[in-house]
Amino acid sequence: MLAFGMTAFTRDAVAAIAALANLELDAAEIDLFARQLGDILAYADEVQQIDTTGVPPTASVVPRHAVDRPDEVRPSLDRDEALANAPDAALDAGLFKVPRVIG
Amino acid sequence: MGRLMTIREVRNAVLSGARSATDVCRETLARIDALNPMLNAFNTVIADRALARAAAIDRDRDRWRDAPLAGVPVAIKDNICTHGVRTTASSRMLEDFIPPYDATAVIRLEAAGAIVVGKTNCDEFAMGSSNETSAFGPAHNPWALDRIPGGTSGGSAAAVSAQLAPFALGSDTGGSIRQPASLCGVVGLKPTYGRVSRYGLIAHASSLDQIGPIARTVGDVAVALRVLAGADHADATSAPDPVPDYAAALTGDVRGARIGIPRTLLEEGVDPGVSGAVMDALDVLKSRGATLVDIDLPHARYATPVYYLVSTAEASSNLARYDGVRYGFRASASPESRIPIPDLRQMYARTRAQGFGREVKRRIMLGTYVLSAGYYDAYYLKAQQVRTLILRDYDRAFERVDVVAMPTSPVAAFKIGERIADPLQMYLIDVFTVSANLTGLPAISVPCGFTADHLPVGVQLTGRRFDEATLLRVADAYERDTEWSKQLPPILSR
Repeated sequence: MLAFGMTAFTRDAVAAIAALANLELDAAEIDLFARQLGDILAYADEVQQIDTTGVPPTASVVPRHAVDRPDEVRPSLDRDEALANAPDAALDAGLFKVPRVIG
Repeated sequence: MGRLMTIREVRNAVLSGARSATDVCRETLARIDALNPMLNAFNTVIADRALARAAAIDRDRDRWRDAPLAGVPVAIKDNICTHGVRTTASSRMLEDFIPPYDATAVIRLEAAGAIVVGKTNCDEFAMGSSNETSAFGPAHNPWALDRIPGGTSGGSAAAVSAQLAPFALGSDTGGSIRQPASLCGVVGLKPTYGRVSRYGLIAHASSLDQIGPIARTVGDVAVALRVLAGADHADATSAPDPVPDYAAALTGDVRGARIGIPRTLLEEGVDPGVSGAVMDALDVLKSRGATLVDIDLPHARYATPVYYLVSTAEASSNLARYDGVRYGFRASASPESRIPIPDLRQMYARTRAQGFGREVKRRIMLGTYVLSAGYYDAYYLKAQQVRTLILRDYDRAFERVDVVAMPTSPVAAFKIGERIADPLQMYLIDVFTVSANLTGLPAISVPCGFTADHLPVGVQLTGRRFDEATLLRVADAYERDTEWSKQLPPILSR
């Protein structure tokens, strides 16, 4: 569990969430979000007061229906097209490129 | 193009030969050229491509005889993918993104003869209520250029209001079609979740997102919905339910229709100019034979906090894909240089820091927190349970009534800059629209008058699942009795 309270956010707590989210925040953003996330969650705290004993959660409102289809090979996105928007790609090898991760 | 040309007027003029599709397209593009510098409604205009498609329709008019949208220009919200046409979601992250495929909704519109003229401005990744979070600056309201057009489909609503296109596509995660339609004085429909394929819609919150039309009349919305609706193998959440002829349902008859009004919900925080116009609209429906019924939606007042817990959780997960690897922006070691950042994690984090705007970051942070270990049960699970209670409230109401009526927005269009500094105040504007997303129910906003400042007001009607026909019938009957949709924003009389 992250070490921070229900709705009061320290700068360290904000930095810990930012690390989970792969977001680099500057000092001003950390201060701003520490205050604003607290405000928004304080408002959301009224939801905590509702009695939900025995109430199932709703994750999706899709009525159940069959979505199976035959498992057939069909044309798909061309490899060059799939790579065309990459900031860095090896088109000949058909690969996306990232900074070196193995020493 | 004569003023007030609807989808049906354009199509009939093109198919009868009274106007060529090319003519209509040229005039639309000329109007965009003239007014878009003031409105900033479009991120991208595709004149050459639109004219080429119009010419193709003109060359082969017989082939399009049964096409419901033959030669009709359409504007597409810039978070809906268009093959070969830049699709940015109004974010620096996707500023140069060229989709390699079309959204299903776009394929269906083009197959029906529609001509895409451009991509409309919106809040970044459809997160906002005013269009002010767009990386390209806000669109402006045609009724008052210093005011917001609403969000997040602000460019689409502004474009339709200023007659830069007969209709437009928006997307609606928490009111993003209905609220800007209301604030710009046009009609906007969020269909039932699953009614329209989401394939090719840049995901914000997948259990809430839905594509829908914005147009000047209810009849036009009905025509567009019939084209857009239906099952799609590319979207497993799209519904197989048959698609009725919505336009045929517009009988003008509302006798016996029961309209529920959640009075307790409307007691606080609604601008008097807005509530007055909405109550007048309900009186009009009553005078045409509808019955007004007081209903109670006891959990609806929790819909806004529930929405911001559920939607940010889903958004934080959906937006994890923007990491500078497969598409979109990638940060360099310094803004001026093209020198790569040597560390992978640092590349991810800086790419997202520079590619996303502040509102998107705030929601990613909130969503990451409510999904994190130790807080998941207290926030995310709890919100999903209250979502169930809101659904049950509506199910119970629909045992007694056919539609539920309330304002679309508690306030009319406010000034650009007035609320952007306080995110919580901005979130509270969504109080009447988010329930339809949490429940998946269809809802429409229809113009119903003006405030004392002559800013448009919309009434929102919510219907039963997959019963857009009743929703449209009631909305159309109201529209027939009133002249609101015939009023033009001042920008058109310049």
